Amino acid sequence: MTPILLALPVLVPLGGAGMLLLLSRRVPGSAGATLAIARAVGWGVTVVVLVVSLVLLTDALDGEVLTLRLGGWPSGIAIVLVSDVLGALMVAVTSLLVLLSLVFAAATGEDDGQGVALALVLSTGVYGALLTGDLFSLFVFVEVMLVPSYVLLVRSGGRRRLAAGQRYVSVNLLASTLFLAGVGLLYGVTGTVNLGELAGAARNPAAALATAVVLLALGIKAAIVPLHSWLPSSYAVAGPAVVVLFSGLLTKVGVYALFRIYAVVFDGDRRWLWVFLVLGVLTMVVGVLAAMGERSIRSVLTFHMVSQIGYMLLGLGLFTTAGLAAGIFFLVQYVVVKAALLMCAGAIEVGYGTDELRRLGGIGRTEPTLAAAFGISALALVGVPPLSGFVANLLLVQAAVAEHQYAAVAAVAVVSLLTLVSMLKLWNAIFTQPEPATRPGNSFASEATSSAVPGPLVPSRPPAGPIASRLLLVPTLILAGLAVSLGLAAEPLIVVCERAANGLVDVGAYVEAVTSP
Amino acid sequence: MTAAIVVGLLVAGGVWFLTQPGLLRVIFGFVLLGHGVNVLLLASGGLDRRRAPFVGEGAGDPAALADPLPQAFVLTAVVIAFGVSVYLLAILRAESAEVGGDDEDADEVDDAGGDR
Repeated sequence: MTPILLALPVLVPLGGAGMLLLLSRRVPGSAGATLAIARAVGWGVTVVVLVVSLVLLTDALDGEVLTLRLGGWPSGIAIVLVSDVLGALMVAVTSLLVLLSLVFAAATGEDDGQGVALALVLSTGVYGALLTGDLFSLFVFVEVMLVPSYVLLVRSGGRRRLAAGQRYVSVNLLASTLFLAGVGLLYGVTGTVNLGELAGAARNPAAALATAVVLLALGIKAAIVPLHSWLPSSYAVAGPAVVVLFSGLLTKVGVYALFRIYAVVFDGDRRWLWVFLVLGVLTMVVGVLAAMGERSIRSVLTFHMVSQIGYMLLGLGLFTTAGLAAGIFFLVQYVVVKAALLMCAGAIEVGYGTDELRRLGGIGRTEPTLAAAFGISALALVGVPPLSGFVANLLLVQAAVAEHQYAAVAAVAVVSLLTLVSMLKLWNAIFTQPEPATRPGNSFASEATSSAVPGPLVPSRPPAGPIASRLLLVPTLILAGLAVSLGLAAEPLIVVCERAANGLVDVGAYVEAVTSP
Repeated sequence: MTAAIVVGLLVAGGVWFLTQPGLLRVIFGFVLLGHGVNVLLLASGGLDRRRAPFVGEGAGDPAALADPLPQAFVLTAVVIAFGVSVYLLAILRAESAEVGGDDEDADEVDDAGGDR
């Protein structure tokens, strides 16, 4: 297959975004037409990327690691794009998520020309970061991803958007500076930033230390405990569709880069794996416990987001084919399930004007479809058979038992149980308990005492109206359906994940492809 | 050695500013920190070799040429850090306008933060 395909996921969305920005300037009067064009471009571009990524994935599964040297420079100077099974799989998953969240944004009425353009630039950064074969380009692509996210957060957010934006930008800027320092140190020690040439470089202690600085910066971006506190505080403020977009992309790029860099530069060094195991368990436990005390759907879900990053880290900490495959499977199913849950939360927020648990109730009768989608996704998140989360947890437990990491097994079991408790709480509060109007001691005047963040974007109106647009439920149902089918027919994805994990355990093919002139 | 001292001073100053209250000081901190890291990046290519690469006399002798790669890195990093710092300043301005609170200022908040 022609390697020029590799450039498309980076160039096409960027071109689309540029076109949209031009359009939104030139035609100030015709807002409706501009919006239609924006949607057409945004969705079309993302479909193109999705198709390209599937082609890349089939190629990678045939055992071919495609590389593209931009500008035709020799290896070591050129910006290398490379797609192996892991990279192509990640691009496929993230582009599917971008597509569905653009549809969701259209349904919530959050999108406009500039919003779609920003989302496209953000996705460019994500695809680039997933496909690049050198550390400095990774830094640049991560910035390309983050800068639109700063703007999206602040322009979509509610009352506390500025304070949240300030915190979010500051933390990420610090992490980026740290990342850059790590790259500089690594270049000083090894004289290269090409991941292929850096393979096994961490056998030199100085290079290992420099890489550790890079990994630490990625740990902040991946929201690993104790570096996680920026995530719940900023995600709770963004608009519903923006949160869906962020949840599937930003931290996942951090996790992907951790997998890739540890596998290539450290060559999966078993001496430091305990760090990932300890941090993984800590992240799982702290995230799930913090979620227990939260009082709005969104903040419960964002703390679970932290908790689930721990599961993936556990997969990295095992660093066997089975463990890494479990981590990757978990990542894929998590992106799907979490997006479905956040879309349910967003639909409730848009329809009922709030996502605070004590103001909701009795929606189960009026919104059976939503309740079904939420129920399926919540159970998948917990890991109830036969849904996707069950397969992911099972694979992870099997891999941990094979490595005799029984503490990790216990953590998976306990955290799943606590997740179930949390999801039951959400289910009861949203769907089954009586409506707040019929409950005593519940008035809008007590808003000031609430610790929950008020829903952004959404006009405050009494929680009565049904969810207006059926389009809101379409992406949610697609994702919930995916969660079911990934559970019932997990075999193909497991095979793909195992191939991806093999590529991490034995980086020979990847390194050869990146370094070959 | 000079580079190491400069990096140390810049990073120390940056960290001190970051621990101070107020967004403006934090932004100053990031500016200093960013400069520190940029000097570090430049130093990673070796500061003793200074001849311009690829052009002019002596272009053939690699031992005397400055390493162009870190310079390209720094250029990119400077642009990114500058852009994000300016965005932080815009947030700061929007925030202070919001605290100020009359209608005109509120409109400016919206302009600074997007068009919503």
